[in-house]
Formats: sequence, C-alpha cells, structure tokens
Amino acid sequence: MTQATEMLQVMNASGKAKGKTPSGLKAEDLKAMFKAMLETRLLDQRGMNLQRQGRIGFYVPSFGQEASQIGAGYAMKDSDLLFPSYRVVSIALLRDVDLKVLFDQAWGNATDLCKGRQMPNHYAIKDIGWTSISSPIGTQISHAAGAARAMQIRGDKSAAWVWFGDGGTSSNDFHAGMNFAGVWKAPCIFMCENNHWAISVPQEMQTASQSFAAKAIAYGMRGVRVDGNDVLAVYEAAKEARARAEKGEGPTLIETVTFRMGPHSSSDDPKRYQDPALFEEWQKKDPIDRFREWLKGKRIWTKTWEEEITADMQARIAKAVEAAEGTPAPELETIFTDVYADVPRMLKEQHNELIEQIKKSGDIEDTSEAFPL
Amino acid sequence: MPVMTMLDALNDALHIAMEKDDDVVMLGEDIGKKGGVFGTTAGLHEKYGDMRVMDTPLSECGIIGAAVGMAVYGIRPVPEIQFQDFIFPGFDQIVSEMAKMRYRSGGQYTCPMVVRTPSGGGIRGGHYHSQSGEAYFAHTPGLRVIMPSTPREAKGLLLASIFSDDPVIFLEPKALYRHSKEEVEEGYFTVDMDTARVAREGKDLTIVTWGAMLPIVEGAAAEAAENGIDCEILDMRSMLPWDANTVIESVKKTSRCIAVQEAPRTCSFASEIAATVAEKCIDSLEAPVARVSGFDTPFPYTLEHIYKPDKKRVLGAIEYTANWE
Repeated sequence: MTQATEMLQVMNASGKAKGKTPSGLKAEDLKAMFKAMLETRLLDQRGMNLQRQGRIGFYVPSFGQEASQIGAGYAMKDSDLLFPSYRVVSIALLRDVDLKVLFDQAWGNATDLCKGRQMPNHYAIKDIGWTSISSPIGTQISHAAGAARAMQIRGDKSAAWVWFGDGGTSSNDFHAGMNFAGVWKAPCIFMCENNHWAISVPQEMQTASQSFAAKAIAYGMRGVRVDGNDVLAVYEAAKEARARAEKGEGPTLIETVTFRMGPHSSSDDPKRYQDPALFEEWQKKDPIDRFREWLKGKRIWTKTWEEEITADMQARIAKAVEAAEGTPAPELETIFTDVYADVPRMLKEQHNELIEQIKKSGDIEDTSEAFPL
Repeated sequence: MPVMTMLDALNDALHIAMEKDDDVVMLGEDIGKKGGVFGTTAGLHEKYGDMRVMDTPLSECGIIGAAVGMAVYGIRPVPEIQFQDFIFPGFDQIVSEMAKMRYRSGGQYTCPMVVRTPSGGGIRGGHYHSQSGEAYFAHTPGLRVIMPSTPREAKGLLLASIFSDDPVIFLEPKALYRHSKEEVEEGYFTVDMDTARVAREGKDLTIVTWGAMLPIVEGAAAEAAENGIDCEILDMRSMLPWDANTVIESVKKTSRCIAVQEAPRTCSFASEIAATVAEKCIDSLEAPVARVSGFDTPFPYTLEHIYKPDKKRVLGAIEYTANWE
C-alpha cells in the first residue's frame, strides 16, 4: 500500500502537467470544476466580510481547500449522501444549492431550513443529500459508516462520503467509523482534508503516523494520499474510490494534503501561532491559481470567462444576502418545535409560560457576547 | 393469552418488529448467534441473518454512531448496549447527535432509533453492571427515556419505541427480566409512552416510581394497606417527556407524595418529581415530599441489597409521610 505514503499528483506546483489527465473529463467538466472553486472563494470572502461588518455572527472559510473539496465533489453521484464537516460549503455549490439557503442559515432567520437553531456554516440541506453538521469533531464519521451499511442492507447503489480534517483523525468516532466500515466493507469514502491545522495545533502534533492515509492500513481498507491542491489528482483518487465502493470492494480513506489559507473561523487569528513563511510557501501553491495555469495550458481558460463567473457570482451573492438579511428572526415557537415529532405537553406548558412572561414584562433583551472560538 | 417473563416479552416484541418492517435492524455486542448476554435477542440472527442482526466491533460509540447514520439514512436501527454502565463512550453520540438531529436540521432529518440497554442492580454485578442512569438521559431534550415495569408493559412500550419517530433510550430493568410472569397479548400492540400508568389506586398517599422499584413498592403498599394506609402507585413509564399531569392530579387527591427510585438521589428524576409536586401541589400538600433512593455513592458489590431501596425502606417512608401532621 505505497499509495498511503506517496502523494499522487496530476499537475505540479505551477500547474504544469505531471501525470496523465484523468480520463473522461471533458472541457466542460474542467470548466465546471474551476467555476465551483472560484465561486467558493468568492462566497467565503463575502462570508468573512459580512462577519467583519458585524452583519452575521460567525463564519468558517475554506480558503485554500477548494481543490481538495471540488475534486472529490465532482466524483460523487447524485444519490450519494454527504456527511460534511463545517468547512466544505463548496460541495453544496457543486450541487447547485440556492445561495439564499446558505445565507438564510448564516443569519438564522425565519426562512432558514434549520430554523435559526445552529451557528453559521452548520448547514442541513436534505434536498441535496447534505446531512446535518455538528460542532463536536468527528461525530459524523461513524454516521457515514452506518449510512453506508444501511445502503448495503437495502441493496442501494449509493455511497456515503464523510469529511473531516487532520484533527478529526484523533477522535473516537474516526476510529469507530473506520473500523466499522472496514469490517462491513461498506460503500463509504473517508475524506481527510489534511489542512495542517486543528485551530492552532499543527498536524505533526496530531499523529506520529507516517501519513494520515497510512491509518487506513490498520482498518483493512485502501488508503490514498493525494496532493489536495491538485483538483485533478483529487478527482482521480475520489473517482476510483467511488468505483470501488460501487463494486463492493469496500471503503477508502483519502488524505488530501492541503493547507488552511485562512483562519480556523472568523474568531481566530493564525498570526498568534503560525509562521508567516509557511503561509507564503503555501500561497504559492494556491489551488485556484494552479488550476488556472493548467487550464491556460489547455487553452480552456480566458480572462473574460473568469470575470463573467466572478461578476455573476457576486451579483447572486448580493441578491441572496439582501434577501436573507431582510428576513426576520424565526418565530418564538421554533424554540419548542422539532424537539420531538410532536410537541409534548410539558413543552407546550413551557412555551405558554414564556408567552405569559413576555406579555407581562415585554420583549427579552439580547445580551449574548461575541463567539470566541 | 400467553404468560411471559419480561425477557420473553421483549424478545417477542423484537421478533414482531423485525417481521413487521424490513427496515428494523439490530446491532450490538454478542446479540447475534449468542442472542445477547441475557438472551433478549435470541433467535433473531437465525431468522434474519447477518445483515439485519449485526454483531459489531466492541465499541459503544461506534454502535450508537453507526445507528445514528442508519437512522438518518432512513432505516430503524435498534442498537443494544450490553449494560447501561457501558453506554458512556457513546454518550456524545446520544447527547450531541441522536437527541438533536431533528431539532438542529429544522425537522429535515430525524433519528428514529431505540438504544436498548439493561439497567439497574439485582445480579450482583458491581457498579459496572448495576447503575441506574436514567437522570443523565432525562436531562437531554430530544430523547425519549423509557423504563418498563412488567412484561406486558415492556412489550408494548418497546414496540411503541421502535415505531416512534423519536430517538429512545429504552432502559430494561434487568432485575425484572425473569422476576415474574404475566399474561401478554399476542402479536403487535403498543403502550402509550406519554401517559403514566396508575398501577394501584389509593386515596391516602401517592407513590411515584418506575422500572424495578415497582414490585418493591407494590409489596410495601400491600403491607401498608394492612395497617390502614391506602397508597396510590404511579408507574411513570417515561422520564422524558414525562407526564407531570398524572402525578399532580394524584397528589391533589391524596395530599402526600413519595418518589421511589434505585438511582442515586442528587439531581435525580425523584428530585424532579419532588420539585414539580412542590411547585404545583403546594395547596394540597399535607406532608413534605419524600424521596426513597439509592445513595450518592457508587453502586456497591457485596452490599448491593443494602444499597437498593427495599420494602422496609419504602414502608418506613410510607409511615413517615402518612403520619406527618
């Protein structure tokens, strides 16, 4: 299993061909991948700005990880179920999510699919097979193994894809999920985005393994290490993993070696713990710049085309932001609904107590402070 | 009508659920060929095979986490945790994932699953095979927390739990597995999880209890009746959501209340009963609300029988409360 420690590449650091172009990709596919990567960058820039302007409370950018995500996203099938982390919004874009769905969630407003119950970036979008995100690290990993097992039980031909970072491999649920999926030979693809950082803790403090992909060996599954800033290499690895899942050959762990080019979240400042030289080194390997160079080499990219994508995305973002920001907060009763299938009597009584209190003493003041993490 | 132990009744319920719906699957440690350490899943693997009755790797967080994924995908997993004392590696999955899936996704995703687990003492198992952890779960909005007290109740509540669209922690009072038999209807039926059961009607005093304490309370009430004290016994069935109304109505009638549980006292479900009765029944109360419980200590091995509330302790509380002036 040499693949678990060697790093697969299709293009070199400056976007020149290194391996062969993945088979089956037409010019329109390559353009769609680039477009989704660029749109993700634009979305994240806007999200961070909105937080800086105090208009939303929190944001998690995925700067630098666009290739790592879109490469795999492009290998998914429509019926596949996603168990995302809070840093893979790009896949939602690839699945044609309505931008208003994302910004409604950022504002936690009345039309938010999650009814204002979660922090920004903790989306749940059932229409696109996007399951609900939680903050505790790694919990979704065993869910994916279980969902993949359910697919086997029902005889469905789908696969489960789960996303986590280098930090996530230290969690209980990584071990449990990998182990269960390995034993079950379940159609599950484990996407470990090694972005080098778990907030401020560097990857070398996360494991003494030779690589994150090498962990697959102990679970009896295929482990692949791939250049995560090389969208085509990621696609190649993910496509192969997807094919293996469908053929009943079991799960795959893919480590995409990438770099978190932004803060952990809008509340974080990497200058406190990260050597600026390291950031500069990775900036030279920016996945969007690399793929642009590669597309230029194939005469697929033009400046006008990129400008069109940018202008269109910015206009769509502006429209979605305006609509989401102008939507009021969820109704009071949403505190009490969806705890159970039906609202039990005890919650109806607590709801009534709250309404009576507000009738007597007026609206309740918002005294929450800024989120620190 | 067949006569069954609680173990028979639970096993019957599992067979019926798997027969009724192909989406019902089971997973856990030693639940397959062995049929569970208590025999609760006996015969299921033979009938339904590896895909629907899964012996899993030895990982409670994995069992519950995988079951959450199955439920989110749309099937109905019924994981077993071999002893409730072993559930804590899966506690994060229960509290952060299973309980919150419907709420945090705005109702888009649900988590219809039942974690079955034997709870409480009675088998000389030391503190790792004997604890009563219901209060941990009752403090987690989104869960249903059920504990049956008779064979018929166990079957009806388990079937109701499996076909509920809410996630359920189903605590099986292992002391009652083979304790006694009763007539149980054949085939599919459910028992209402939302309403407490009046196990004995009485006018002098209300005793609120659940699970393995029920027969002990019944024994004490029978003896108290000989001394002219007529106890009403409420079997809670569910500790979340819980039926405060039945408790309040009963205490308004009897004016006196005791909560009896095997679990430690502080921050327990008995404490919740006492607080609610104090809040809602103050005008009716003629005696302080009493709690009979395990102690705020780990569950002991050799002195298990002294730790667990017995008939004498319950009788002591009955006399104290009934004679308060």
